[in-house]
Parts: sequence; C-alpha cells; structure tokens
Amino acid sequence: MVNPLDQLSELLLVSAIVVYAIAFIAFAFDLARRSAEAQAVVGSGAGRDDLRAEQGGGVAVLVEAPPAAPPAAKGRRSSARAGLALMIIALVLHAGAVVLRGVAAERVPWANMYEFSMTGTLVMVLVFLGVLTRIDLRFLGAVITGFVVLLLGIATVGFHVEVSPLQPALQSYWLVLHVLVAILGTGFFTLAAALSAVQLLQARRERRSQDVRPTRLKLLATVPEADRLENLAYRITVVGFILWTFTLIAGAIWADHAWGRYWGWDTKEVWTFIIWVVYAGYLHARATLGWRGTGSAWLNLIGYGSVLFNFGVVNVFFKGLHTYSGLPTS
Amino acid sequence: MSRPSDGRDEFVVADEVVAPRLGPLEWLRWAWRQLTSMRTALLLLLALAIAAVPGSLLPQESADPNGVIQWRAANPAFVGVVDALQGFTVYTSVWFSAIYLLLFVSLIGCVVPRLRHHLKAVRAAPPRTPSRFARLPVSSAATVQGSTAADAVDAAERLLKRRRYRTKRYGDSVSAERGYLRETGNLLFHGALVGVLLTVFVGGGFTWTGQVVVPTGTSFANLESQYDTITKGRFFSDDSLQKYSLKLDRLDVTYEKQLGPAFGQPLDYTAHVTTRTDGGAPVERTIKVNSPLDIGGTSVYLLGNGYAADLTVRNADGSVAWTGVQPFQPQDPRTMTSLGVVKAFKTTDPEKQIGLVGFLYPTAAERTDGTYASIFPSAGSQSLVSFFAYEGVIDDGSGRPQNVYELDTKALGLKQVAGRTNPVQMGIGQTATLPDGLGSVTLNGITRYAAFDVHHDPSQGLVALFVGLSVLGLITSLLVPRRRLWVKVTEQQDGDLLVEYAGLARGDDPGLERAVADLQRDHRDSLEPGLARAVSTSVHPRGGGTGAA
Ligand code: HEM
Repeated sequence: MVNPLDQLSELLLVSAIVVYAIAFIAFAFDLARRSAEAQAVVGSGAGRDDLRAEQGGGVAVLVEAPPAAPPAAKGRRSSARAGLALMIIALVLHAGAVVLRGVAAERVPWANMYEFSMTGTLVMVLVFLGVLTRIDLRFLGAVITGFVVLLLGIATVGFHVEVSPLQPALQSYWLVLHVLVAILGTGFFTLAAALSAVQLLQARRERRSQDVRPTRLKLLATVPEADRLENLAYRITVVGFILWTFTLIAGAIWADHAWGRYWGWDTKEVWTFIIWVVYAGYLHARATLGWRGTGSAWLNLIGYGSVLFNFGVVNVFFKGLHTYSGLPTS
Repeated sequence: MSRPSDGRDEFVVADEVVAPRLGPLEWLRWAWRQLTSMRTALLLLLALAIAAVPGSLLPQESADPNGVIQWRAANPAFVGVVDALQGFTVYTSVWFSAIYLLLFVSLIGCVVPRLRHHLKAVRAAPPRTPSRFARLPVSSAATVQGSTAADAVDAAERLLKRRRYRTKRYGDSVSAERGYLRETGNLLFHGALVGVLLTVFVGGGFTWTGQVVVPTGTSFANLESQYDTITKGRFFSDDSLQKYSLKLDRLDVTYEKQLGPAFGQPLDYTAHVTTRTDGGAPVERTIKVNSPLDIGGTSVYLLGNGYAADLTVRNADGSVAWTGVQPFQPQDPRTMTSLGVVKAFKTTDPEKQIGLVGFLYPTAAERTDGTYASIFPSAGSQSLVSFFAYEGVIDDGSGRPQNVYELDTKALGLKQVAGRTNPVQMGIGQTATLPDGLGSVTLNGITRYAAFDVHHDPSQGLVALFVGLSVLGLITSLLVPRRRLWVKVTEQQDGDLLVEYAGLARGDDPGLERAVADLQRDHRDSLEPGLARAVSTSVHPRGGGTGAA
C-alpha cells in the first residue's frame, strides 16, 4: 500500500539530490578556479598575503565575520556563491521531503535506515551552513554536497522502505532523543572529518613546500593552513563529542526502559562505545606530544570511519537488538 | 593560540625520560611514570576501542546465548581457539578487563597529581606579568592622554574583576586569569568516570534478575522459587527479595490491521496487573514495553508475551491425566504461530504416558497441502491447536527436572501415535480423540501470558549520579575557556601613557582575540572616552608563544 504523502516526499528527495548534484558541480568549479588562481600567483609572492586578508587573519574569523574579499577574488567567488544558493534550494526540498515523511508516518522521521539517512544528511547540511555563517568553509562545499548526494543516492536506492508504524520497543521519548542527538553528533563529526582530511592534505603540502617540491594540488594554496584546519576540526569535534556522549547516555536510559538493563554489550551499544572511545582518544591526542597535528587528524578520520561503519555495516549485517534498519533480514 | 599545551607538559615529561642505570625503585618509578603518561592513556584508549570490536563480531554469551550455540555448531574447527581466547565472553575476559583496569589505574595516577597541582593553582595568584608582550600570541597597545598610570591600572583591574578574572597587581601592570573551571571540570569528568566504574563493579554484586511467565488470571509472588530463572549477584541473600505479589488481570495487544508491509505488526502491549505488597491493599497498575513497574525495590519489565492454551487431557475412562494452562512459545511476532508441549503423567497405564507437541495457530488458515498456518496474530474462535502425539514413559518418578517447553522424544524413546497425516486438532471448546485408545484432549480456551523480567539494581541511582557529574565535568572542561590577560601601563616622556594589552590561552580558546580587543576598547572608554587613540594592534594568527606548540 503506497502512501501518497510518502510518494511526494520521495519526489522531493530526488529533486533535492539533483539540485545538490548541481551545487556540487558549482563548488567543484570554484575549486578548479582556485587552482588556476593559485597557479597565477605562484612566484608573485602575493598568494598567501592575499589569502590572509580574505580569511580575516587567523582565529579572529571565528568570532567576527570575514572582511569583504579583495577585488581579485570576487570573480572566483561567483561559482562558490552559486553553489551555496543551490545548496540552500536543495536544503529546502530536502527538508520538505523529511517533514512529509514524518507526516506520512505520523511520527518522527528517523526510525529506520532510510529515514535516518534522509534526516542525517539534512542535519549535515544544516550544520555545514550553520558553521558557514561564522567561518568561511566554502572550500568544503564540494566535499559536503558530494557526500550528501552519495548518501542520499544509496538511501533511496538501497534502503527505501514504505512507511510503517513503530514496534512497541521503539515507542519512547528516549528513542526520539537518542536518535536525534546521534544524528546531530554525526552532522558535526562529518564536518570535522572533512576538515581533518583537508588538514592532512594541507600538512603534506606544507611539508613539501619546505623542500621546494611543487605539489599538484594547487588549490590547497587557497585553503587555510593545516594548523588552523586542525583547530577548526577540533572545535567542531568537541561539539560532536558532547552530543555523542548524550547519545550514549540516552541510549542507555532507553535500553533500561525497554530491555531492563542500561548496558548489555549489544552490537550497537558496542559500536556506540567504540566511537566514543576513539573520539576520546582524539581529544587526548591533541594534548599529547607526538600525536598533535597529523596523528590526531588520522584519529579523527578513524573515529568518523567507525561512525560510518556503525551506520552502514552494523545496522545491516550485524545481529542485535537494534535491528531497526527496516530491511528484510536474511 | 593553538593546541592545548601549557600547564599540561608536566604530565608528558615521562616521554622524554631516558633510562641510565636504574635501581629497582627507580625502575618502578619510571614504569609508573610511563603508565600515567598521556601517551599511555591514549594508547590504552585506542587499545580499548580495538578490544571491543571482536565482541561485536562474535555472538556473546551475555547478549545472545542462542547465537553462541549456533556459532559453535556452525564453526566446530574454531571453537577451541575462540574459547581459549574467551571470545564468547569478551567483555568479561581477562584481556579486556586488563586493558580497562590499566586504563583506570593510569587515570587515577594521572588525576591525583593533577588534582594536587590544580588545588595549588586555584589558591595561587595569577603569574607575574611578562616583560615582552610581543612574544605572546595576542597583544596590542594604545596611547592614552590625561590619566595617571595608577588610575589606568586601577581601571584595568576593575574591568577585569567585573569580567570575573582573578587579578594581581605587579607594579604598573595587572595580571589576570580566568577559567579555573576548565581544569576543575576535567578533573571532575575523569574522577566521575572512576566513580561510574567502581559503582558498576560493586553494585553488580547486589543485582539480581528473575524471569517469570504469568498467564492471564494468575499471579506470582516475589520469591526465589517462583522465578523460572534467576541470576544472582555475589552478595545475593534470601532477604534480598521484598515480599509482594503481582497478578496479571489482562494483557492487551493491538496489531496493525491495515494491509501493507506492516500488516500484523504489534503496535502496543499493555499489561493490566494488580499488585499487593506485604500487608498492603491491592493496587491496579499497568506495565508497558517502555515503562516498567517499580515495586518492592524491583522494576518489572514486560519483555515478552504469547498465548497459553487451557487444556485438559483425559484418559479413556474420563479421568483427568493432566489439566492446566500451558504457555506456548511464539515463533513469529507477526502471526504468533506458537510452539508448545504438554506432558500428561496421570495416565491409567503408567507405561503409556502422553506427550503432545504442537502448534497453536491464532488465526488459522488451511494451506493447499492440508497443513495450517497462522495469518494474523489475534486469537479467538478462528484459532486452532494441532498436536503430534507420543506415548511412553516421560516421567519415571525420579524427580529429574524437565524443561516444560521441550519434549525430547528420541532420548525418552517415545512412540509416535499421531503425526503429520493424523494430527490431534481442535478449536476452542472442542475435544479431539487421541489415537491408540489413549483418551482425549479438550481445548478449554486460549489466554495470553506475559513474560516479565524482574530486576533489582540498587546501584543504578549512584551510577546515574556519577554519569551526570561526568557530563557536567565534560561540558565545563571542553567549553570554558581558560586564559590569562595582562595590562601594562608605561608613562612616556611627553606625559602620555602607553597601555599594552596581551592574552594567552591555556587550552583551546577561540575567543581570546576578542577578549583582548574588548578589554582594550572598554579600558580606553573608561579612561578618557574619545581621547584615546590606538597605536598598533598586532595579531599572531598562529600559535607561536605557547611553549610546547
Ligand atoms: C577512561 C579513560 C579516559 C577517558 C574516557 C578520557 C576521556 C577524556 C576526554 C573526553 C577528554 C576531553 C574533555 C576534557 O578535557 O575533560 C579528556 C581530556 C584529558 N584527559 Fe582523559 N580520559 C581518560 C583517561 C585519561 C588518563 C589515563 C589521563 C592521564 C594520563 C588523562 C588525561 C587527560 C588530560 C590531561 C586531558 C586534557 C586534555 C586537553 O587539555 O585537551 N585522561 N579525557
């Protein structure tokens, strides 16, 4: 039995995917232009200073809006601006799809993998745009839109299920809270992982530029330094980590209400714990000699890898009490 | 400002220890330093994460005992290795325990000296003003006219105090520090983690869990003998159980009736019960899947449900061989096809005891091959019970305990008298004859039963308290910025004042530059609004200055 609202929701979602894909192209175009620009300023010695001005100088950017871009950078910004505008349009369609799904199911739209992917990617985009109002992270636009297109594509093709009511064990405020916080945390972890990945590339470039070997990834010259990327990644991970701590706790309370024990080493509990511990390791790494910088960035990526694994592999293939993917089990 | 660095390095010096000739005591001290170093903490955390993985790949005795049995059967070649490595009990294994115990020893060894250090720091005055501000990560300067150095420093100190900085005057300068809560929170967080672990450890000894199946209309008392199974902690004693009884009046279950992918899916379970505590009046309560009932120091959870058949087995002469309400085990929640066993011992011929094994189909539908299936989980006049029947000696009077849900026909050497072609079938209120002149079976009715889990865990409140404290500590430790600010005033030859401002973050602090800029602005305004003019502002965007970065 097909629910018409759900059909409309799916239609909106597919449109959102298409618009995200176009946004991705615009952002990619911006990166290509950055690349060309960086090539042009090589040798003139103006590159870095120009960039500094644009970024408003180091950490101050976090609390103050960046000053207007110098005229030279204006042209290049047009495709980034187009990408951003498209991303916002896609976001509106995407949000419509999520809300309609919730209305169709008469409950929160995060009770199976399809809905989790849909709502999770929405939150990723919201987190990205939210942070963007304070820090210029447009160089990550292509990464984020590309990733969202990929995830939504997998969700619509692989995970789609008709709306169905909740099993009694899932009918709990704690589920609503637990999953919502997990989704939010994942949104922050995603952004932080993207920053750490760029940080690793940037750190390699910085190492190379010291021994005067040219790198192929010219566009990195227009991206903040590795140190600054590390600081940003750290701050965003901290928010994600606090949210993940709540995920762990809300999950334990829910498990206590539903199954009569707050902790039982169920597969899903195990992975939530592993993720928490890896990120705790990351926070420690930043304060540990020899692990700062590149080492901690790798840990951040390992943490994010566990998040993806937990969602994509554990839900589908592992046996446990949390079999909420809604997919037929073999 | 960059990575957290200062104020921490005393905890990482162990990394640089080189060991020349050491006596046993020095070795011990060196090992302790290694264990409590930040790097060891990090490695142990990563080890803990990795060690937790195998337990999610292999079924665990605690979470999935049936899975363990299946795994053993499916992989006989690996069972030895996995058992030797405690692979089915990962989270209580020696190696997993070793990792987290080491981690917590390291944690205590790390927190105690930091606590001492922090207590000292909290009482100490902010440190002496540095001589050269330019070397600090954020600094700026301005000249001010028409004020004296003393007034300017006073004004700066007032401003800093109002911002809840702790201040100290050093000549014509003021040194200020805030954010001691950051380290307090960090210590609270780590300390509360130790609290959580200890409470779980000790509290586990007082915990017990019982499982009991209660058919509608019957009750159970909170006595050890009444539970089908009970798991007891180390400190369990007979008076761990408070007296109460609980009667299941009704179990309401609603199912999805709309055709679609969710057809037949349970939507809600509500158990209506009457409880009575020792000497108290009966009280009517409800228990739902996500809302347990708290009574007599226990929580009663509704974790399962099923159908029970009210049956009477009669001998050929009409005497009763067995009668009772027998719970059946559901095989599929969507159809509630359930499997059950009846063992009738009081037969006229003790060599011909009767064993019945069969299915209960709540909404029976005949298949093309003549067998039945259930197509919906509701029971009623449409229900059918269908048995295979066996005869032989089931209970030899030796009192050996038997599983009421199983009849091992092979081990008991029973003879099958009714099978696939001639099952013993009946609807509610009907009687079916047993073959071989054994008698008859009557299905008096079908009721629901509830499977309750009863838990007693006195440590839960304390665990919750420590978890709450650790969250509080975590948030303050991650979000409260800790920083030092300095204002230095120098009188110049022309009578103007040169006022310098500087800031240093201790740990991550995105607001440092703004803090310095705001201080400078407000300070100027408080001295001579409009007269002051900025001379220079310098910003060091990268982390220079913080020693270890
Ligand atoms: C059960 C094991 C541990 C867990 C789960 C854990 C978790 C964390 C977390 C989440 C943080 C960041 C939040 C905060 O600053 O409070 C942190 C920070 C810190 N932890 Fe741990 N920790 C553990 C063990 C240890 C041990 C054994 C040490 C000492 C060797 C240690 C020393 C520190 C220090 C110094 C910081 C501050 C780092 C900074 O300034 O960023 N921790 N820990």
